[in-house]
Amino acid sequence: MSVMDELAALGVRALRTLRGLGHSAFFFAELLRNVPLALRRFYLVVAQIHAIGNYSLIIIVASGLAVGFVLGLQGYYTLTRYGAAESLGLLVALSLVRELGPVVTGLLFAGRAGTSLTAEIGLMKAGEQLAAMEMMAIDPKQRVFAPRFIGGLIAMPLLAAMFSAVGIFGGYVVGVLMIGIDSGQFWSQMQNGVDVFDDVGNGMVKSVVFGIACTFVALYQGYEATATPEGVAQATTRTVVISSLSVLLLDFVLTAVMFSTPR
Amino acid sequence: MRAVSCAPGGIAARLCENAFVAETARRGSVGRMDRGHPGPAATDPMSSDAFIQIDHVTFGYDQRVILSDVSLTFPRGKVVAIMGGSGCGKTTLLRLIGGVISPQKGAIAFDGEAVDARNRERLYALRRRLGMLFQFGALFTDLTVFENVAFPLREHTELPESMIRDIVLMKLQAVGLRGAAQLHIAEVSGGMARRIALARAIALDPELIMYDEPFAGLDPISMGVTANLIRRLNDATGATSLIVSHDVRECFLICDYAYLISDRRIVAHGAPHELETSDDPDVRQFIRGEPDGPVPFHYPARPIADEFGLRA
Repeated sequence: MSVMDELAALGVRALRTLRGLGHSAFFFAELLRNVPLALRRFYLVVAQIHAIGNYSLIIIVASGLAVGFVLGLQGYYTLTRYGAAESLGLLVALSLVRELGPVVTGLLFAGRAGTSLTAEIGLMKAGEQLAAMEMMAIDPKQRVFAPRFIGGLIAMPLLAAMFSAVGIFGGYVVGVLMIGIDSGQFWSQMQNGVDVFDDVGNGMVKSVVFGIACTFVALYQGYEATATPEGVAQATTRTVVISSLSVLLLDFVLTAVMFSTPR
Repeated sequence: MRAVSCAPGGIAARLCENAFVAETARRGSVGRMDRGHPGPAATDPMSSDAFIQIDHVTFGYDQRVILSDVSLTFPRGKVVAIMGGSGCGKTTLLRLIGGVISPQKGAIAFDGEAVDARNRERLYALRRRLGMLFQFGALFTDLTVFENVAFPLREHTELPESMIRDIVLMKLQAVGLRGAAQLHIAEVSGGMARRIALARAIALDPELIMYDEPFAGLDPISMGVTANLIRRLNDATGATSLIVSHDVRECFLICDYAYLISDRRIVAHGAPHELETSDDPDVRQFIRGEPDGPVPFHYPARPIADEFGLRA
């Protein structure tokens, strides 16, 4: 009997998970369907790029700088063992544009912009604002969700690019200005070794994918939040957990696809 | 010196509204022109036809039945109250009319047209003809008072900015808050929020205005102001008004007709004075607020003597 109960409980959980997945897929399809309509009123998207992008800028820049510093120090430590300290510029740039830029920005984006999106939408739901919109014959998916989705989609690659640029500057400060590596070597090795399409381009693709994932998770969690203070708090937590995990998982998949065969 | 008294917002607001209704009737549906406006004086009180017809509707969630085979009629141009205890399905009725949910049995007609929650386009077209005041206003907290009232106009019309401004200020004038146009929603009180939401609900001159608990949580002054506004707006715009509430006194002051819901069905309906003099036990208990009666004071329990072991 207890075995049967456990089996039944397992089945219930599996069904619930599948239902959740199906539901979120529908939500995603609805979002995509509303993207063209929202693009027609681009000022709504611009407001969201401002809200999502600008307010994340400080944390992105500060983190980028810190990561650049550390990369400079650690990279120099390893590279001097092989007498290749001049390659520091290349190492810093490649690490950032291929991997750390998109991934760390994705994680920070989930924590800063994702949570605020979830909380905002959860509170709109709790305050019956979404219901009021529905009653005014205005589709919240079109007016509220789609502009935020596009906004996140556009803001994320820009933030990742900013992160990488500031990080490279951090590596320069540590490597060239503090340790004393030759400045010409630092930049020329970077220039020769970094490919626009293979490295920068692929990093950009990653950040777009992470932008879609994080924004979608944040919006969906807000939409599905129980309309109470506890419900919104829990949804916010779920946003961080699910987006962070998806960023890391997607990063592995994308890296395997993009960089598994060396040039 | 003699003080000259003037009714603030009274006649002026009404004139504004009437002028605006006439103006907007042009772009509204055809049905608006023959609405017998302005005001109640122009129409014979009892000749109105049904604007909303709820016909043998049953609704419930899963196993729990909330409304069982209820039929109600809301005549055009009247203020009708739906009253009943907490959780008796009053708000559910509003959601059914708005097409947010579908009845399991029965049908709902909005000005002769069936409300069908599955046909989104028709539903949205229908919702443009109604305004709803949510219990706590449901104002958009990221916008100013002005932008909240302008919201439906911006979404549904292509009016130039100058006209939107005029309409919004007229609507705010009608609820006495023209001076608060530039405030943020965080800066307004509960009573003001309700009035702003009312201005937003009437922005597009709806033919039906639904009020969900318009008096809940208001101080006596705000309550009086809100009740007065509901009646005045109804008379000025010729709309049909539907109030869901459990504030008997306020409702009876302003409504033409009332339905009393209890235990999943309509237990009584009639004009306020008819209900007040009714000797039906359900009606008496609700209207007088008696603690015990058909709705018992005690939650069902086993006999008290058993509970304390007092049985001889």
